[in-house]
Amino acid sequence: MSVADVPVRQDLTARPPGLAARHFKSHSFVIWGILATLIGLGTLVALVSELWVDGGHRINWDFFWSFPSSNPEDAGILSAWVGSLLVILTTAFFAIPLGVLSGLYLEEYAPKNPITSVIEIAVNNLAGVPSIIFGLLALGLFVQGLALGQSILVAGLTLALLILPVIIVATREAVRSVPQEIRQAALSVGATKWQATQHHVLPYAMPGVVTGIIIGISRAIGETAPLILIGGLTFVAFLPITQPNQPLSYTIGEVDQLGSPIDPDAMERITVSNPATLSLPDGNVVELAAGQSMEVPSGTYVDTMSSWSDAIASWMPWSWSGQSFTVMPIQMFNWTSRPEAEFREAAAAAGLVLLAITLLLNGAAIWLRYRLRRSIKW
Amino acid sequence: MAADRDFTRKRLRFGERLVEGVLFLAAAAAIGIVASILYVLISQSAAFFREVPFLDFVTDTQWTPLFEDAHYGIAPLLSGTFMSTLVALAVAVPLGLLSAIYLSEFAGHRTRESIKPTLELLAGVPTVVYGYFALLFMTPLLQRFIPGLPGFNLLSAGIVMGLMIIPYIASLSEDALRAVPQSMRDGSLAMGATRLETAFRVVLPAAVSGVGGAIILGMSRAVGETMIVVVAGGQQPQIVTHPAQQGATVTAFIAQVALGDIQYGTLEYQSIFAAGLALLVFVLIFNFIAFGLQRRFREVY
Repeated sequence: MSVADVPVRQDLTARPPGLAARHFKSHSFVIWGILATLIGLGTLVALVSELWVDGGHRINWDFFWSFPSSNPEDAGILSAWVGSLLVILTTAFFAIPLGVLSGLYLEEYAPKNPITSVIEIAVNNLAGVPSIIFGLLALGLFVQGLALGQSILVAGLTLALLILPVIIVATREAVRSVPQEIRQAALSVGATKWQATQHHVLPYAMPGVVTGIIIGISRAIGETAPLILIGGLTFVAFLPITQPNQPLSYTIGEVDQLGSPIDPDAMERITVSNPATLSLPDGNVVELAAGQSMEVPSGTYVDTMSSWSDAIASWMPWSWSGQSFTVMPIQMFNWTSRPEAEFREAAAAAGLVLLAITLLLNGAAIWLRYRLRRSIKW
Repeated sequence: MAADRDFTRKRLRFGERLVEGVLFLAAAAAIGIVASILYVLISQSAAFFREVPFLDFVTDTQWTPLFEDAHYGIAPLLSGTFMSTLVALAVAVPLGLLSAIYLSEFAGHRTRESIKPTLELLAGVPTVVYGYFALLFMTPLLQRFIPGLPGFNLLSAGIVMGLMIIPYIASLSEDALRAVPQSMRDGSLAMGATRLETAFRVVLPAAVSGVGGAIILGMSRAVGETMIVVVAGGQQPQIVTHPAQQGATVTAFIAQVALGDIQYGTLEYQSIFAAGLALLVFVLIFNFIAFGLQRRFREVY
């Protein structure tokens, strides 16, 4: 409003003309503001109710404990949630230490020099890189360059790189808000820099750090695009980990794609822990009782049940991390893109589960942050 | 002096040096990641551009890598990305700004403290869920009003993308508006301006760089978004001139190729890296501008 717009008022006690209308406009803006805000919030309500109407009836015990199936009525998310769990464990294993240590370095240790500014520029830019670019990185570097295959390890690593900036930024903010006096007090009684950081700064910063970790993990759980690029399989009817007394079969020695031994003369001594049926390359079939051992030629096919030790071995990270996988969002995407309406019900149900997990995690993080803001007053 | 010697000795303790080294390596990983991204994208794109002249990439109006007569013009993919982003911004900028102005200038403290976290919750919804919503809720809804709207179209994908970025724009703009000093509002109100006049003629202009930064960050999200457009936008790369058309975005093309059987080292395989490089360049430019704008609004006050 320029000066010329303002009429010169002779009677200073009179209300300026048009004031009521201006106030009316001002008050009625509140309605527009609330309306706009409600559209934002209404989206969440519409999302949840759409998913619930489409897929709510599919949520039951069997849905969680069934493999995907070509029959939509039987399709479940067992392999998807187990896959998600293993991938997220891998992600957390790499991202949490790397992110927290980077954050600590940048706030507590980093000298003001060109290398530090390059690191800061790198972190800031990583935060803005679209997730699908991380998929291209994983495809070119992990799958193709390092030949790690389309495995749980690669998926976990990729998501770890993706959420690294989230954890670094959260750690930095949390560490920065710890008052300088805490550090000075620790240093003045003879603590080294790392002792002060480890025993005093980090514990105070912990709630903020944990908030960042939860938000990062929640983002990793919902990420789809980068895992499509490294080939997260969409139809997986097996688990990378096994239980005792599950059907188990394997071939002795190295075989080609048709199951013929590469070195037919190689022999190997095996001991079976459960009763097993051995199909030898010459066509003979041998039954072995539990605990028996036998010298068998390469290419022998063993059909048995998994023992406790087999099951425990399959739970070890070095055993499952090389397996192929699917995850919740990819399973949902796959069902969504099927033309049959019944698969969309399964997709909606998977979406509900996914939404419940991510909203719970985000809610926990937001709650933690607001409680933190209230309770700590330096 | 003795005290000085002790101090020096402590600084040189091996454990401390080791810790510092480990921390430095962790932080330097970020440089390694950025360098690997650039290396992978550039080296694969270089192989791509040895087969496809760069001029064709920029000027050709067809993207048909799977056809016998293959064309590699990035324009159709960029037009898809541009159109879906435009629709998203048309939804998110007015709604996000209205929300931000309401929350910062009109809403009470308690209203704000309960609405902002709920908006933040929206930012945590997985994008594949938004994709489902676009395909099976928004498209049927729009088809009632727009007869002849195809089942896959950039309009519903763009609208849902807009709903997705509202929280970013609203939250970041609100921060920028609130950073404007109270004295400026007080001055305006004392001169007889209403709250609405104060909000639009004093506070918003003062926060314009922060708000601009928020909008550009939202835009950069929309440009890089994959799942919504893959699910609801369509797969046919074509020059898009109308939002109700179907079309492929840069991200949708990359995902679509990855969903098929890709043979390593083929031109098709390399083309997704070239498309990715183009995407990254755009997004980094946007982020750079947004970052600069946001820093300016921090410096002013």
